[in-house]
Amino acid sequence: MRATAILYALAVLFALCVPLLGIYPVFMMQLLCFAMFACAYNLLLGFGRMLSFGHAAFFGAAAYATGWLVSAHAWGPGLAVLAGVATAGALGLVIGSLAIRRQGIYFAMITLALAQLVYFVCLEAPFTGGENGLQGVPRGRLFGLLSLRSDLVMYYLVLAVFVAVFVFIRRVVHSPFGQVLKAIRDNESRAVSLGYEINRYKLLAFVLSASLAGLAGSLKALVFGFVTLTDVQQSTSGEAVLMTLLGGTGTFFGPVAGAAIVVTLQEYLSDLVGGWVTAIIGAVFVVCVLAFRRGIIGELAARLPLRLARPAAAQPP
Amino acid sequence: MTTVFGIPVAVILGQLMLGLVNGSFYALLSLGLAVIFGLMGVVNFAHGAFYTLGAFAALLGLQLYGVNYWVALVLAPLAVGVLGIVVERLLLRRLYGLDPLYGLLLTFGLALVAEGSLHQVFGATGQSYPVPPSLAGGMNLGFMFLPLYRAWVIVASVVVCFGTWFVIERTRLGATLRAATENAPLLQAFGVNVPLLVAVTYGGGVALAALAGVLAAPVVLVNSQMGSSLVIVVFAVVVIGGMGSILGSIVSGLALGIIEGFTKVIYPEASNVVVFLIMALVLVLRPAGLFGKD
Repeated sequence: MRATAILYALAVLFALCVPLLGIYPVFMMQLLCFAMFACAYNLLLGFGRMLSFGHAAFFGAAAYATGWLVSAHAWGPGLAVLAGVATAGALGLVIGSLAIRRQGIYFAMITLALAQLVYFVCLEAPFTGGENGLQGVPRGRLFGLLSLRSDLVMYYLVLAVFVAVFVFIRRVVHSPFGQVLKAIRDNESRAVSLGYEINRYKLLAFVLSASLAGLAGSLKALVFGFVTLTDVQQSTSGEAVLMTLLGGTGTFFGPVAGAAIVVTLQEYLSDLVGGWVTAIIGAVFVVCVLAFRRGIIGELAARLPLRLARPAAAQPP
Repeated sequence: MTTVFGIPVAVILGQLMLGLVNGSFYALLSLGLAVIFGLMGVVNFAHGAFYTLGAFAALLGLQLYGVNYWVALVLAPLAVGVLGIVVERLLLRRLYGLDPLYGLLLTFGLALVAEGSLHQVFGATGQSYPVPPSLAGGMNLGFMFLPLYRAWVIVASVVVCFGTWFVIERTRLGATLRAATENAPLLQAFGVNVPLLVAVTYGGGVALAALAGVLAAPVVLVNSQMGSSLVIVVFAVVVIGGMGSILGSIVSGLALGIIEGFTKVIYPEASNVVVFLIMALVLVLRPAGLFGKD
């Protein structure tokens, strides 16, 4: 565990020093929001073995809720983010309770279809701005005290929330609840025979994952000051899957690494190759599935004597 | 003019017609998905991309080589089917025996590659494919106007769907296919070349998608995104019908197209989402799907 602790300390130190290193804080905030999104997703895929193809619905719905409350109703950022998380959690409860009625590939198709439903609602609802989305969302003052207008202040806030979410997810996975969730992942019928109400565990994992994905979406709305249909689109759900898979499903740091790679690729690759980014991301997907299903961190953990992840958790789902 | 609930009958019939056209595409696509899933246990996420490729093959054939519609109707599915066989041989086969979710993820990646490339090469704006002259125009039936091309799409799809059903359920080849679905190793022990059968089935399934793409080319704008939104509706259709039965996927595809058409008349705002709502309802009442076995 010592190597892991050192790595985490280095990562936090790096994150704290980012503004000094001359890295654009908005870019880092984008990276952190997507890393949070991927970590939330990983809670479901990596530890619950539920492949959702609709997580953009939670990310985007929360972003819309926060953006709308802040700009149209002048809510403070703190309350608006909480409302966004609550929206995503409620949506997660509805979509989750429908989706857990089927397993495996059906689960994926159901979440995809229901997320498309949310997309159409966001397209046609009167308060989402349709094709234009919500523009000019103000960051406001946190609890009326701290102005978030400065990118630096916002960056440290996003970083603090991210670290809290990361620690929270670790805590959840290592809790008795997380152990049962992993037991269900590894052998569902055995968990049933041991008397666990597996659907309650699955649903709770789904709602938690949806709420945290919503938190990421709400923060992203505040960081950028706009919410668009891209945030609820199928492609965004696909990005969550890719980041998690690329970094390593069922590892704690994998989704963060995956998000860092994908966001950096999108940022810098688009200058080099223009519109080929989607095709390249698709190719990364294919290579990932064919060549390293454990993801980057998962492969590292399996090959190096480092204990970046628990051996049992580094298994492909 | 005759009206029902204040809506002219001609409008209702016109939307019914459009609904049936969409339903034909749902049926063709969900049929292919069901056949592929039945044999390989793979949910082909790239199904929409193969549909798009079929439409583009027809369009490019016409623009570059002057290939007419009827030839394209045969050649485009054939070309896409061969591409499907290559994909199965080179990529998909490496995932057999693993969690079926990997097949879903792989084909999702392939769909991104195909659609991203088409988008980059041909741009975001759609191109129109001319209706073949022999099917241009329409007939006035007295109570409604019947566009010939749309009628052709419905007839052709229904014939192809039931043809596929016949091949699978009533011929020797179909019996072999069903045997492979039940127990592939045993069938192989009897001397049947199962890997070849699997490859050809995948090719056949995606050829059906490409055929739907060629049929759709004259009624929609051909663009890189035409398949990606369609495939999500088709997934919902598959969840509603259950992938267990061939006939089930044909019937639910057509029926949902008609329901969607009616919704356009009664409450247009909901027409995009009605299939998803029905899916949610089916999941509550009958989680295994209407024709599902599991």
